[in-house]
Amino acid sequence: MKIGMAGSLESNDALITVKESSVINIEVQSIVDAFYHDQIVQVIQSTLDAARINAIDVVCLDKGALDYTIKARLLTAIHRMEVRHE
Amino acid sequence: MNRCFLFVPGNNPAMLQNADIFHADAVIFDLEDAVSVSEKDAARQLLKHFFETLTKQPYDIYVRINALTSSLGAEDLSSILSDCIKGIVLPKAHTEDIKALTKLLETFEAAKRMKNKTRIIPIIETAKSVLEIEAMAQLPRISGMLLGAEDLTSDMEIERTKVGIEIEYPRAKMAYACKAFGLDAIDTPFTDVDDEAGLKADTIHAQKLGMNAKTAIHPNQVETINQIFSPTEAQIRWARRIVIADTEAQLKHLGVFSLDGKMIDKPVVDRAKKLLEKAKHYHMLGEISDE
Repeated sequence: MKIGMAGSLESNDALITVKESSVINIEVQSIVDAFYHDQIVQVIQSTLDAARINAIDVVCLDKGALDYTIKARLLTAIHRMEVRHE
Repeated sequence: MNRCFLFVPGNNPAMLQNADIFHADAVIFDLEDAVSVSEKDAARQLLKHFFETLTKQPYDIYVRINALTSSLGAEDLSSILSDCIKGIVLPKAHTEDIKALTKLLETFEAAKRMKNKTRIIPIIETAKSVLEIEAMAQLPRISGMLLGAEDLTSDMEIERTKVGIEIEYPRAKMAYACKAFGLDAIDTPFTDVDDEAGLKADTIHAQKLGMNAKTAIHPNQVETINQIFSPTEAQIRWARRIVIADTEAQLKHLGVFSLDGKMIDKPVVDRAKKLLEKAKHYHMLGEISDE
């Protein structure tokens, strides 16, 4: 199973885990879930679109990260997943 | 002209997004010592995307990359270099490293179609680099020099003390070279973040040797450093009186004049004008009355 992780559970950060999958599946748990759940999903989806990824499993544990942090952590996790299984 | 350069760890989102509230004139986002080897990739991505969100920020942006002796330094540049970065802080720098960095910057700036030329601040932290201070100060792109006393004293195999007698020579040498070539002379950080009196004494000493800036490793150090490297109200009032008296003396075709019983000549007038320029740069002129 290909897997990659990036980020942390520190305040203002997010811990993102990605796994290979046959479809896109995005799971978000956030300390600001009530207000920002949909926005976080949207940031993850648009980052995957820009990277032309249409099959991946993403789990995001958010501790109040801004959009750029979620995007950066996601791309790092994807890169680590690819590099470690080359 | 900056007073305080605040180090901020490159892989800490909370610190990145609060970098603008600490009132440092410059922030050095650190990809070197503050980031473990296993997190270099994450820090690069984070900084790159953080920089993309910035429009106008109240501080100059510098990035301390990893040394060019490994591939990490070039990977740092490839990821994070952009027009929002004023300069690169280069650890363990020697003359040849700066020339190599300059070539890399030329390559990446062209590839990224950047408008600005990225400046370089070498960290003086080996005995050899102390001997090369004068040569490094004259290289193009150098905007300042930063003293790294912890690594320097380690290289010299001498004890690092709070008094700092062991770094007197490199401090003075750096201050003179920077003044001669119009660069920022940036003092080594004071590493005991709980010792405010020690920070104050250390910063005043560096200033008296000719340094014009100091690094901070904690936001709590910024205010003290800013205060010490700023003109005082009394100095600004004195400088204003000198410049006004000089204007009047020139109308009378006097090269030398007297104020409060003291002889005032060109070097004193020049010092007063430089002080007012510095006060203007730090937006202090409007705050001081002539009383």
